[in-house]
Amino acid sequence: MNRKILLLTLILSLTTLIAFAKTTITCSGSTTVLPIAQATAEAFMDGHPDINISIRGGGSGVGIAALINGTIDIACSSRPMKSKEITQAKSKGIEPIPYAIALDGIAVVVHPSNSISNLTIKQLKDIYTGKIKNWNELGGPNLPIVVISRDVSSGTFEVFNERVMAGAKVSSSAQLLASNNAVTTTVSTTPGAIGYAGLGFVSSKVKSVAIEKIIPSEQTVKDGTYKLARKLYMYTNGKAKGAVSQYIAFIQSSQGQKIVEKQGFISLN
Amino acid sequence: MKGIKEKTFQAIAYIASLLTAVCLIAIIYGIFYDGLPLFKFISWKDFLFTNNWYPVYSPPGFGAWALIMGSFYVTLGALIIALPLSLGSAIFISEIASPGLREIAKPVIELLAGIPSVVYGLFGIAFLAPLIRQWFSLDTGLNLFTSSLILGIMVIPIICSISEDAMSSVPHSIREASLALGATKSETIFKAVIPAAKKGIIGSILLGFGRAIGETMVVLMVAGGAAQIPKSIFEPVRPMTSTIAAEMGETIMGDLHYNALFALAIVLLIITFFSNLITEIVFRPKRQK
Repeated sequence: MNRKILLLTLILSLTTLIAFAKTTITCSGSTTVLPIAQATAEAFMDGHPDINISIRGGGSGVGIAALINGTIDIACSSRPMKSKEITQAKSKGIEPIPYAIALDGIAVVVHPSNSISNLTIKQLKDIYTGKIKNWNELGGPNLPIVVISRDVSSGTFEVFNERVMAGAKVSSSAQLLASNNAVTTTVSTTPGAIGYAGLGFVSSKVKSVAIEKIIPSEQTVKDGTYKLARKLYMYTNGKAKGAVSQYIAFIQSSQGQKIVEKQGFISLN
Repeated sequence: MKGIKEKTFQAIAYIASLLTAVCLIAIIYGIFYDGLPLFKFISWKDFLFTNNWYPVYSPPGFGAWALIMGSFYVTLGALIIALPLSLGSAIFISEIASPGLREIAKPVIELLAGIPSVVYGLFGIAFLAPLIRQWFSLDTGLNLFTSSLILGIMVIPIICSISEDAMSSVPHSIREASLALGATKSETIFKAVIPAAKKGIIGSILLGFGRAIGETMVVLMVAGGAAQIPKSIFEPVRPMTSTIAAEMGETIMGDLHYNALFALAIVLLIITFFSNLITEIVFRPKRQK
């Protein structure tokens, strides 16, 4: 009995010792940023065995709320913080500082059999509001358009909503799917479908459409000619210090940006 | 010494049940605390009965009628599909199958309950939806019918297993009496066994209903997610559960949209509360005999 207790205290004190010896960074938020955070954290921890980074998803809103409540070090977000969130943070004495860590283009995708290869922003808007209902109105095949959108709180939707819809409402018959993968899978199996997803998720199973004659690519996103693009962020409370600043600097370094590209996103520089 | 042990055990059991009750109260309190502020912004009538779910537009719309009906239709469809299959198999296992076959058939059907719902969802989005789209030459395979079909398969083990238990526990003397009076096997099943097992069967259907209306992953992946009242069974719908799951992660905490999602949770909670209450009333043994 006594020996067991002794053993237990020994193990406990050892684990606490190890835990204290390591600096831990906690990071949570956007599921879009998650693969970048995960991959860069692994590479970073290889070089810094004394730093431990724990990463969770949850969504941009969840991450930002956790930062405001002071429970995490870094909030990953696929959108800039909203003014309401900033006020909330200030009232709790938190000063959120954004660090851009990657670029992400949003590709508009259709089924590979669709002959349409270019759409204007105006046409895209008319499709999503339900004004254009058949591909033959755009010179395509005689096929009803199946409109696929993302759920309204996703960062991907937000960019699309801002750049394409400009305040107009997405038709209520549009399918709202919950992830980039769900969108590309559905478009690849639905001949009449149109959807949009992060560039990193576009595969050969779907056809990516040029917007205003500009094909989404690394080049066009970087030089700003392709309009459906966004920055991905990490937020910290005040200027990043110590291990946190080392980690963010690592992501922004050329080595970190290579990992960003490997994950299917676009590097900052 | 023995008395102390007995007392400690009782105290532990008491605390355990108390903690469970506290958890439930905390959850209910949390949901209402975050959900009720919405009704300062719109009336509960507008929330429940208007069809205008545009939570991130300005001005935002929080009319959840299409979402409530989405949940309702999907659950109804699931029960329509599941009832004949599960009651049929329950009758077969309990009354017709040989003891050896029964030993195999029941665990096999119950195995369906062990498959995680995300696996059902993946099966639906990658395999079943494209097939259904082709078979019925539809525009999209992610619709009310597909999600009802998968949900139906998911509730089969619940309904089948519980109603089979209810039928097997009908005393043999009832069957023997019925057969002795000259009734055939099928007359015995439908006129003697099923009426005697009625309570258990109704209870199993209500449990299946609760399972189907609360299911999230499958409808999130397969129902298509269009916030509309479907005009046919092949149109996409958006149940309440998938709305909460899809929108909660990215929304601003403490925002009206956040409150609206909790208000949807209140609606779900009330529906499941009443279905559980009815189950409880049905199952409760009569006091006087």
